[in-house]
Amino acid sequence: MNFKGRDIVSIKDLTEEEILHILDIAEGMVPIARGEEKSNLLEGNIMASLFFEPSTRTRLSFEAAMKRLGGNVIGFARPGATSLQKGESLADTIRTAESYCDVIVMRHPQEGSARMAAEFASVPIINGGDGAGHHPTQCLLDLFTIKKEKGDIGKNKVALVGDLKYGRTVHSLAYALAMFKAEMVFVAPEQLQMPSEVVEECKAMGATISFETDLEKAVEDADVLYVTRIQKERFPDPEEYNKVVGIYKVDKKLLENAKKGIIVMHPLPRVYEIAPEVDNTEYASYFRQAFNGVPVRMAILALVLGGIK
Amino acid sequence: MKELKIQPIKNGTVIDHITPGNALKVLKILKIPENVSDSIVSAVMNVESKRGRKDIVKIENRELKASEVDKIALIAPNATINIIRNYEVTEKHHVVVPDEIVGIVKCANPNCISNSKEPIQPRFIVKSREPLRIKCFYCERELEDISSGLM
Repeated sequence: MNFKGRDIVSIKDLTEEEILHILDIAEGMVPIARGEEKSNLLEGNIMASLFFEPSTRTRLSFEAAMKRLGGNVIGFARPGATSLQKGESLADTIRTAESYCDVIVMRHPQEGSARMAAEFASVPIINGGDGAGHHPTQCLLDLFTIKKEKGDIGKNKVALVGDLKYGRTVHSLAYALAMFKAEMVFVAPEQLQMPSEVVEECKAMGATISFETDLEKAVEDADVLYVTRIQKERFPDPEEYNKVVGIYKVDKKLLENAKKGIIVMHPLPRVYEIAPEVDNTEYASYFRQAFNGVPVRMAILALVLGGIK
Repeated sequence: MKELKIQPIKNGTVIDHITPGNALKVLKILKIPENVSDSIVSAVMNVESKRGRKDIVKIENRELKASEVDKIALIAPNATINIIRNYEVTEKHHVVVPDEIVGIVKCANPNCISNSKEPIQPRFIVKSREPLRIKCFYCERELEDISSGLM
């Protein structure tokens, strides 16, 4: 298994074996991610962090990951401060940035942007989200969280809740869960259900899938509740958004009737969909999940830069 | 005697069994007449045949390579390419859908990077040939109405 120099554009670029390898390396990174141990594994390496769209967790955890491993970070968090404002193409921006660094992490509002960047760059491209497309490192940290908290990935029934149509994280996650043969239930109002293309693809991989509109029913036998935000920015029509926002709310009352040991995950940011009263319960796994972004991204950086095989 | 709508050609290429109505799109994909500026080109549409209606394109004095013509398989999957020498069909091929389609159709997703001002050509991967299904190499969306995506 050789990761050195590889692009990570989509979770589909990785095999099950490769994913498990990344998760194993990530497990070993946890003490360094917490600051309990020091590392100079990536000393002398520079990561360019090119964020053409807002981000809190992805950008900060990537930058923390690189710095925890002794590497350096350059980049921008807003395209306003770059030559893109002067009309420069993304391809030229990428070709320029790659001459200053050893790896590029990018988020861009257009689908396929990371795939295109990978064609132009000779340094590895790590996709931190391309519009409504892929977000593979989110998917890997979700899998890491499920494995760490439930001991296994495939033996769980995972309920994916909320915006399954526009939410990029759930498409990649559904695909990855299908790869691990986990059972899935898609909980969404009809207009926000999982696109048929994703459902077909998961079924073709042998996944057991069911559909539900009632969240109370779904929690009765789910091991993992993966909640997503209804993303206002992805709705072409504000009327459609108003109809569905706030339709599912996870609170203590709902979770009292849930299967014992259920964990609640969320890629964050959350708005209305998880009540703050859940934060301090044994169910809440979303802040640990956000932390897991650091060791998982450390593992990815170390692997593609050849610091670890 | 049956009247022929188009006279047989002495030498050149006949693209037969084109999906009815698509002859002009075929010419557009093959960049005809620009690519064959010395040739006489004729096209007939909605001709009756044993297998139903079809379009036909004839290009005189120019033998098109099968690989050149395969591009039309997107909109005319049943087409055949006949090479004519001295009024005889000397070679006959069925079009084959290539594995990748570059620069012929554009992605229907307005937010796909291939629809912005980047120095790239639209590129599609063939997911299945029967029925024909193609997906964008960049954004991975399937192109549902292939002929409306023609550039």
